Amino acid sequence: MSIDTDKRDAERTAAVRPTEDKIARQGRLPRWSTPGALAAAAVVVGGLLAATGAFSVGLFVFLTVVLFAVGLYALSRVVEGARKATDRVVTIVVTSAFLLALIPLISVIWTVLSNGIARFDVEFFNSSMRGIVGEGGGAYHAIAGTLVITALAAAMSIPIGLLTAVYLVEYGAGSRLARAITFFVDVMTGIPSIVAGLFAYALFALFAGPGVRLGFAGAVALSVLMIPVVVRATEEMLKIVPNELREAAFALGVPKWRTILKVVIPTSVAGIASGITLAIARVIGETAPLLIAVGITTGLNFNPFDGRQATLPVFAYYSYAAPGVPRDPYIDRAWTAALVLIVIVMVLNLAARLIARLFAPKTR
Amino acid sequence: MGKAIEAIDLSIYYGSFRAVEGVNMSIRPKTVTALIGPSGCGKSTYLRSINRMHEVIPGARVEGRLELDGTDLYGAGVDPVGVRRQIGMVFQRPNPFPTMSIYDNVIAGQRLNNKRMRKDATDDLVERSLRGANLWNEVKDRLDKPGSGLSGGQQQRLCIARAIAVQPDVLLMDEPCSALDPISTLAIEDLINELKTDYTIVIVTHNMQQAARVSDYTGFFTIEGTGKPGKLVEMDETRTIFSQPKQKATEDYVSGRFG
Repeated sequence: MSIDTDKRDAERTAAVRPTEDKIARQGRLPRWSTPGALAAAAVVVGGLLAATGAFSVGLFVFLTVVLFAVGLYALSRVVEGARKATDRVVTIVVTSAFLLALIPLISVIWTVLSNGIARFDVEFFNSSMRGIVGEGGGAYHAIAGTLVITALAAAMSIPIGLLTAVYLVEYGAGSRLARAITFFVDVMTGIPSIVAGLFAYALFALFAGPGVRLGFAGAVALSVLMIPVVVRATEEMLKIVPNELREAAFALGVPKWRTILKVVIPTSVAGIASGITLAIARVIGETAPLLIAVGITTGLNFNPFDGRQATLPVFAYYSYAAPGVPRDPYIDRAWTAALVLIVIVMVLNLAARLIARLFAPKTR
Repeated sequence: MGKAIEAIDLSIYYGSFRAVEGVNMSIRPKTVTALIGPSGCGKSTYLRSINRMHEVIPGARVEGRLELDGTDLYGAGVDPVGVRRQIGMVFQRPNPFPTMSIYDNVIAGQRLNNKRMRKDATDDLVERSLRGANLWNEVKDRLDKPGSGLSGGQQQRLCIARAIAVQPDVLLMDEPCSALDPISTLAIEDLINELKTDYTIVIVTHNMQQAARVSDYTGFFTIEGTGKPGKLVEMDETRTIFSQPKQKATEDYVSGRFG
C-alpha cells in the first residue's frame, strides 16, 4: 500500500515537472516588438524599393506587411514557441483583412465628401433646377421627390411585410403555403432592381399607356424591393421571441391575436424597427427602377400621382451622365447629391440604433 | 373559487400519436393534487390539457370528457380562451413579460385583455395578488422596475401573482420549482399551502419529496415504453400512495426502485 502510494507520488512529480519547466521556459517578446518589427519591415522594404527605383505605395504596403508577418513569425517562433507565433500571424492576417475592407469605404466617403462639400450650401437645399443653366440651382426638388417616393414605398411595404412575417411565424409555421411564401420571398430578395422598375413601368403602362412616368410607379417598384427585406428582418425577430411568453399570455386567457399584438411584437419591436429602417436605407439609394418608372424633372413636384418627379439618385445620375455646358457645376451638383444621400442613409442608420436602444426590453 | 375537475376516460393525441390514454381522475376543490411519474409519461401533457394549453401544438386533440364542476371543457361551443381564464397556469421556467414592469406583469391578464379598471382598483389588485404570492414585501418599493430584474425565485412568484390576479378557479403548475434553488423552492411550497384555501391546485413535479410535502392527493403516471401512451396507474391520498400503494409499479417508483 505504502509502496503504491510512494510510486504514485513519484509518478506525479515526474508528470508535473515538465509542465513547470514549460511555463518557466516560455519566453515573451517585449511589448514594443510589434510596432518595432513593423517599423523595421517598412524601413527595409522602403530602402530596397528606393534602391531598385521601382517605388510605388501599393507595392510598398504589400511587401511591408508580408515581411512584417514573416519576420514577426520567425522571431516569435524562436522566442515564444509555435503556438504564440501562429497567434501573431493570424492576428496580422485578420487585421490586414479588416484594413483592406476599410479602404474602399474610407475612399468613397473621402471622395464624396471632398467633391460634394463645395455645393453643400443653402442654395442646394432650397432651390430646384427650374430655369437653371450652368451655375447655381439645387436639389430641393430631388430631395423632396426621394423623401416622398421612399415614404410612400415604406407605407406600402411595412404593413405588407410585417403582416406576412406575422403569418409566417405565428400562423403558417411549417405549412405548405408558408414554405412557398418563404421561398418566393427569398427569390424576391434576389430580384435585380432594374427588373422591379420594369415591372412597375409595365404595370402602370397597362393603365396609363406607354411612356408613363409617375412617382407612385417608382414607389411600387421600391416596395417590390423592400417587402422581402422587411419580411426577412421581421421574421427573424419574431422567431427569437421565446415561446414561453406566448404560452404565458395564452394561459392568462389572452386570445392569440392580442398576444401577438401586445406581447410578441412589443418584445421584438426594437429589432423590427431597426430592420425596417435598414430596409428603407437599402431602397432610398436605388437608381435603376426610378430611372425607368419616375424619370427626372427640373421642377418641384410633391404629387407622386402627377407626372415625373426628381429623385436624388436619378438627379445625380443625369447631372453626371448628361451635363450641360459648362460642365463643372453639373458635376459638382452630382457629388453633392451623392453626399446628401449618404448623409440621409447615415441618419437612418443612427435612427435605427436609437430606436433599438429605446425599445429594447430593460432588465433593471 | 376552487372547483372540482373530473376526467372521464380522457385520451390525448398529437395527430395520430396517442400521448395519454384513458385517464379517469377526480380532483376535489381546494386541494393540492400532485402528478408524479417518469419523464415522458404524459403528466405534463395531461396537465396542459386541463386548460387546453396543449392545443397550442398543431394537431393536438382529446377524446373523452373533462369536466370543471360538471361543465365539459371540450364541449361544442366552449372557447379555449374562456377556459384559460378560469384555469390559470404556472410554467417550469419563470416567464415574466420582459417589456413590462413588475406592476404591469401582475395585471397583465387584465391589461392584455383590455379590461378597463380604475386606478385604485388596479393598485388594490396588484397588492392583493403580490401579497397572495408572498412577494409584496420584496418588491413594493420597485413596482415600476422590469420584472426580468428579479431573481429566479422572485420571478416565479411574480408569475404566480400574475396567474392569481385573473382570479381563476384552478391553478395548474408544471414543475414550478425545477429551475429554482432550495430556498426559493421552500417559498413556493409554502405559498402552495396557503393558496389551497382558495384554489384547486394541480402540480406536476419530478421531486417526490415535494409531492409528499405539498399535496393532499397524488396521481402516478407511467409509460410502458417509447411510442406507447402514458397512463394513470393509481391515484389516492398522498399518504397512501407513499406508504401502501395498491399497485406494484407505484411502489417501485416511490421507493426509488425504478424511474
